[in-house]
Amino acid sequence: MIIGVLAEARPDETRVAATPATVVQLTKLGYEVVVDPGAGAASDFPDDSFVAAGASIGAATGADLVFGVNAPAVEQLDAMREGTTLVCLMAPGLNPDLVSDLARRRITALAMDAVPRISRAQSLDVLSSMANIAGYRAVVEAANVFGRFFTGQVTAAGKVPPAKVLVVGAGVAGLAAIGAAGSLGAIVRATDPRPEVADQVKSLGGEYLAVQAADVEVSASGYAKEMSDDYNQRAAALYAEQCKDVDIIITTALIPGRPAPLLITADMVASMRPGSVIVDLAAANGGNVEGTVPGEKSVTGNGVTILGYTDMAGRLAAQASQLYGTNLVNLMKLMTPAKDGVSVLDWDDVVLRAVTVARDGEVTWPPPEVKVSAAPAAAAAPPPAPPPPKQPMAQGKRLGLIGAGAAGFLLLSTVMPEPFLGRFMVFMLSVVIGFYVIGNVHHALHTPLMSVTNAISGIILVGALLQVGHGSVWVSVLAFVAILVASINVFGGFTVTERMLQMFKREDAAR
Amino acid sequence: MTISFTVVQGSYIVAALLFILALAGLSKHESARLGNRFGMVGMAVALVFTVLAAVLGVSLAGGVIQSEGTGARGLLLIAIAMGIGAVIGIWKARRVEMTGMPELIAMLHSFVGLAAVLVGWNSSYEDSAYPAVHDVEVFVGVFIGAVTLTGSIVAYLKLSGKIGSAPKMLPAHNAVNLGAIAAFFVMTAVYVAIPQDDQVLRQSLLGAMTVLALLLGWHLVSSIGGGDMPVVVSMLNSYSGWAAAAAGFLLNNDLLIITGALVGSSGAYLSYIMCKAMNRSFISVIAGGFGVEGGTMAADVDYGEHREVNAEQAAELLTAATSVIITPGYGMAVAQAQHGVAELTRKLRDAGVNVRFGIHPVAGRLPGHMNVLLAEAKVPYDIVLEMDEINDDFPDTDVVLVIGANDTVNPAAEDDPASPIAGMPVLRVWEANNVIVFKRSMASGYAGVQNPLFFRENAAMLFGDAKDRVEDILRAL
Repeated sequence: MIIGVLAEARPDETRVAATPATVVQLTKLGYEVVVDPGAGAASDFPDDSFVAAGASIGAATGADLVFGVNAPAVEQLDAMREGTTLVCLMAPGLNPDLVSDLARRRITALAMDAVPRISRAQSLDVLSSMANIAGYRAVVEAANVFGRFFTGQVTAAGKVPPAKVLVVGAGVAGLAAIGAAGSLGAIVRATDPRPEVADQVKSLGGEYLAVQAADVEVSASGYAKEMSDDYNQRAAALYAEQCKDVDIIITTALIPGRPAPLLITADMVASMRPGSVIVDLAAANGGNVEGTVPGEKSVTGNGVTILGYTDMAGRLAAQASQLYGTNLVNLMKLMTPAKDGVSVLDWDDVVLRAVTVARDGEVTWPPPEVKVSAAPAAAAAPPPAPPPPKQPMAQGKRLGLIGAGAAGFLLLSTVMPEPFLGRFMVFMLSVVIGFYVIGNVHHALHTPLMSVTNAISGIILVGALLQVGHGSVWVSVLAFVAILVASINVFGGFTVTERMLQMFKREDAAR
Repeated sequence: MTISFTVVQGSYIVAALLFILALAGLSKHESARLGNRFGMVGMAVALVFTVLAAVLGVSLAGGVIQSEGTGARGLLLIAIAMGIGAVIGIWKARRVEMTGMPELIAMLHSFVGLAAVLVGWNSSYEDSAYPAVHDVEVFVGVFIGAVTLTGSIVAYLKLSGKIGSAPKMLPAHNAVNLGAIAAFFVMTAVYVAIPQDDQVLRQSLLGAMTVLALLLGWHLVSSIGGGDMPVVVSMLNSYSGWAAAAAGFLLNNDLLIITGALVGSSGAYLSYIMCKAMNRSFISVIAGGFGVEGGTMAADVDYGEHREVNAEQAAELLTAATSVIITPGYGMAVAQAQHGVAELTRKLRDAGVNVRFGIHPVAGRLPGHMNVLLAEAKVPYDIVLEMDEINDDFPDTDVVLVIGANDTVNPAAEDDPASPIAGMPVLRVWEANNVIVFKRSMASGYAGVQNPLFFRENAAMLFGDAKDRVEDILRAL
């Protein structure tokens, strides 16, 4: 089958749905790839590079499968045949007209932004890969506008304090922003209603600011859910306090398909120092910050810059195209189990079911709900009680056993010959010594210990030495063999131990 | 000319003390080589005086001859036997691969067992002032020696791959073992009861008991699987000590008793440590392998899909990391990958990456097996840490490389109470940011338990022979 890669219709779109690298992978799955002329120009992939990767240049709309970043323009849709499969970002929740239009045209539509958040589908999750880029770019844009260093320095020209960054919402974008700001040297703090992200924030070098409230949890879809009033009040107090302290705020609070929650009010913005920067990644859905102008850079009366860019991912066009293209390749891997260039839409596969928003003239959105496998399962089933630890023997029982052993031994000693008892004494004491000497051996030395005890137990040689040459020929023969094998033990055991111990070196000795 | 009995006894005391010093010295890296030397000196002292006693004869106080010397003929026999033994022993010890260490040690145990059987037989001809006690001593000595002999041979065959390492079970293996032990007690009682002059009957009973013990040793170790080998090897080590101690009772020789008891109790303690590391009772290891109880096996659960990486991606992850922990297992020994791993460690450390090793107590087929392999490849021992030392550091670790380990890094041991390995302490590698698992295929580990680690989001599989893959990574770095 043929895959067509559209030139994006939106003039401000810089991304493209395939790169030369992903074309190679699609070809390996058995597909032919046709790329619209100039499709990759805005993301620095000229037509030649697609041709070199094995694609041909032509009209993408005639292909069996059509890849795009955004929904195609009407002219492009008109050029497509019935039964064509269209793969792009559609925001089906916000654009019901588009979905019904596609259904009317009998186009099978796969919305890449409807991938369920389950582990198996992670490799196709466009929202995550784009959010990652947006989080990084948000820091870069903020640094571009911010008039000072991010990192603290002590220079001959004086001391520079580090910038303080607050990241609101520690999802994929938030975590990427934490990592990027942290590696520039800033002090990074982050808030999120889900307390379980605290560890992730810490792992990237950020400080997690918890909102002290009771009702916090993950929703079944894997995104944070909308919070209660009590929580919101406490959170607002936290933001108000932080605004007075930090230099840069990056807000990422967004639940897909809903308007963004307003978190930073105009009063809070007014309390920030002049020169501070706010990046509102939720600008496209209304913004987390009061005063955000979607798509624009604006400056407030007290000198705070608010960046409301809605094309953060597109500002890293080549990177975004590569990640998006790889997400599409992973989708095709799922749809092409035989790797024969024939795509199959398996209706029983929850991932494919979820992304399909229109098929055979019918709207199939929204899909039946898919439960996230990771976190909630653990929360639903209470952890099973740990098996009870082995109880140390009760004191009475222990004393009883010792007493019984002593009594038994005394009884035995009444019938034992006298020299035997003396030897038994030696035996018992040696057992105890052996136990204590071994008790604190370093774990790494277990093997040398075994080979040395092995060599020592070759001491049985002594017995054989005293027997050889005495009594009958048979006794001598047996003793001779015993000396021979026990000697192997003695000499072999000590030699191999010495060899092993020579290898154990400390770091300073080894270097 | 004779040597005084007290001088021989004195030399034994010196030797026994030196042996204790040897074991004590081996508890630390710094004193380990000195400890080994103490052992050698002790052995030399004991052997020189024993040879003198055997060749010259021993006299008690007042010039009474206790035993006649065997003279030049005896010396010649001893020299030939010890010479051959020394040549074979040293040659084997020099040549052995470090990966072949478990086999060598198992084989050496069998020699002690054989020697104990031979010494026991020889003593059965001797007269004693206390014939009943002497008879029991003969039987006990030969029994332990024979069990050690065949048990070690089976262990050797399993470890060297000459026979399959899967546990082989007779239908009623516990009953067979218990029956054999009961039969041993009955035979001992009969042996004591038979008059001393009925040599034919006594010899045949001793022979029958020896065969029984040989079969028991064979059966005992056959029914234990490959993954329990660390326990088996240290258990056989313990047996070889008890065999020597029994021979000491038989020959009225305190040095044998002391040494045997030292080795026996230290081996037993080591086995105990190993069992604790697997959260299993000593009895259950001895009585048979994993999963034999049946019904404990977890049902087939869909764990989702695993992720794959290639060597280049792994190399990228490693270069970007600041902290790396490597957890090797038996697979590293099988693939002989330790040199590549050491080279990788050196390169990463030179690049400023903090590389450490986390060793599970039962990794490999011999207690301390991994440490020896890494030492051979010149990995400094102070970055090779024990499970308890490193387990809390995983959350701060960027990349964990799991090389040929499976059950020792299985989260099911902590999460799934129905798992056959539930409760076994494991390396918590899944707490690290990234885990790369070197594995040949998705087959389950020795315990037959699927490993949910492979399906975790932060885990990725690197399939293929561990040695080849490590070399691929080295090239890609």
